[in-house]
Amino acid sequence: MFVIYIKEIRSFLSSLIAYIVIITFLLAIGLFMWIFPDTNVLDIGYSNLDPLFFVAPWVFIFLVSAITMRSFADEKRAGTIETLTTSPVSDLSIILGKFFAGVTLLLFALIPTIVYYLSVRYLAYPVGNIDSGAILGSYIGLLMVGATFVSIGMFASSITDNQISAFIISTFLCFFFFSAFHYLGELKVLGDLDYVISWLGMFAHYESISRGVLDTRDAFYFLSVIVFFILLTKTVFGSRKW
Amino acid sequence: MSVIVDHISKIYGEQKAVDDISFQVNKGEIVGFLGPNGAGKSTTMKILTCFLPQTFGQASVCGHDVVNETMEVRRKVGYLPEQNPLYLDMYVKEYLLFMASLRKLGPGSQKRVESMIERTGLTQERKKKIGQLSKGYRQRVGLAQAMLHEPEVLILDEPTSGLDPNQLVEIRSLIRQIGKDKTVILSSHIMQEVEALCSRAIIINKGKIVADDSMAKLQGSVSVSAKLTVEFRDPVHSDLLRKIEGVSQVENLGEKKFAIHGSSIDKTKEQVFAIAVEAKTIILSMQEDEQKLESVFRELTKSAPAKSQKANSK
Repeated sequence: MFVIYIKEIRSFLSSLIAYIVIITFLLAIGLFMWIFPDTNVLDIGYSNLDPLFFVAPWVFIFLVSAITMRSFADEKRAGTIETLTTSPVSDLSIILGKFFAGVTLLLFALIPTIVYYLSVRYLAYPVGNIDSGAILGSYIGLLMVGATFVSIGMFASSITDNQISAFIISTFLCFFFFSAFHYLGELKVLGDLDYVISWLGMFAHYESISRGVLDTRDAFYFLSVIVFFILLTKTVFGSRKW
Repeated sequence: MSVIVDHISKIYGEQKAVDDISFQVNKGEIVGFLGPNGAGKSTTMKILTCFLPQTFGQASVCGHDVVNETMEVRRKVGYLPEQNPLYLDMYVKEYLLFMASLRKLGPGSQKRVESMIERTGLTQERKKKIGQLSKGYRQRVGLAQAMLHEPEVLILDEPTSGLDPNQLVEIRSLIRQIGKDKTVILSSHIMQEVEALCSRAIIINKGKIVADDSMAKLQGSVSVSAKLTVEFRDPVHSDLLRKIEGVSQVENLGEKKFAIHGSSIDKTKEQVFAIAVEAKTIILSMQEDEQKLESVFRELTKSAPAKSQKANSK
């Protein structure tokens, strides 16, 4: 698994994808945080990072799909899947290696935003008047959302050998799992079930973690979605042998 | 027995790619796998390397079953797939080091990779990206990858396609060198290659084995029609040549040059010489075209004429 992980990280770094993803992410978040009129922290006047945590999942939907679309589609198209799967490595370690590489890349994208946190902290009145607990919670929530997107993206990539299809399937599935349940829950047609439905989506859990409350149920939710998609990927990946 | 294939069939949907084939390969043997396109060569190789499971039957490599003990088999097999898939954005050395760590070669991998780069003649190209290499060099990278871990069984699907004649000789000698103490199964559509490299050939057609024997026996099994091209100094009447026993056809390639087709080529040579003496002329050149294995191959697989134009299409 570690070998695959290192290889994936290296290929991200050597093929510009990593830089493009990180720069686009920071640029988009930076614009929303500091420049765009309705969302920038300076005009709103609260010392928090809400614009970042509101926009980041939406940016992630596209960026994660872009970094995971190659993962299996490209190997299948190039045929390198054949050398990989005839080497003594299990399917699961290939998948996990790729998964953790994707998560690491997201981590790289998130780390520079600490500068935003420090800036807001310095701008606050009095200096340092900021809810660090909630912000830490939001970071953890964001990383979990990102990791779930990676597992979804890998699944999308495993069912096709065309990167564009993988990208489109992945963005749709990410969007669906992130907010579709939330909106369906707001339809208010199913009575008490609305609450259950909105809890099936990531948004409710993300919001809950963002408040700074680390509930094991939320963590468990994200982990189970990740495990679900990794197992699904493994099944699809193993289906070449059927 | 290094490789045992026992009544294997592989069915893709409704098509039978491999149909009940059995063979065994001993340790240290170099076996050539011959057949027209779509005969089932690659499928058989994919089964032996655990990439695809067979539909029926059993196969084992070094005593390990290819379905139930895949990890053991994968550790012992070196495989060069047909299209020679490589990561084009990796450097040659980086790729080989990656494969070495994938095969858990441990601290010795650096040395192993260096020596493999040298043996496959990649020293000049080691710092290039694989995507920048020509096809022949990529083929060498693929071979280096397959042989990196000193596998007990080496499975090479068309190992020399795309190589220039010099590279061909080098790679062949490399395979021969490795084949001294390893088992090698290679597929090819170049007959000369199988003749030059292998001690045994398995000819497969439409998923079935049509011949499996040592080279010498295979070549003796078909009444070979050979071609003899003769050039005389002075014009000779072609009827004289037609009268030679065993000659089936004489082609005029000019007044003084003839192509003689016949079965017993050695006797024909003597006769041609006698004719030259009688006509008081001199033989300027005499060239024998022996395509023994090729005729065997054509004979055995001619039921699929449309498919057997393999060499041309690649």
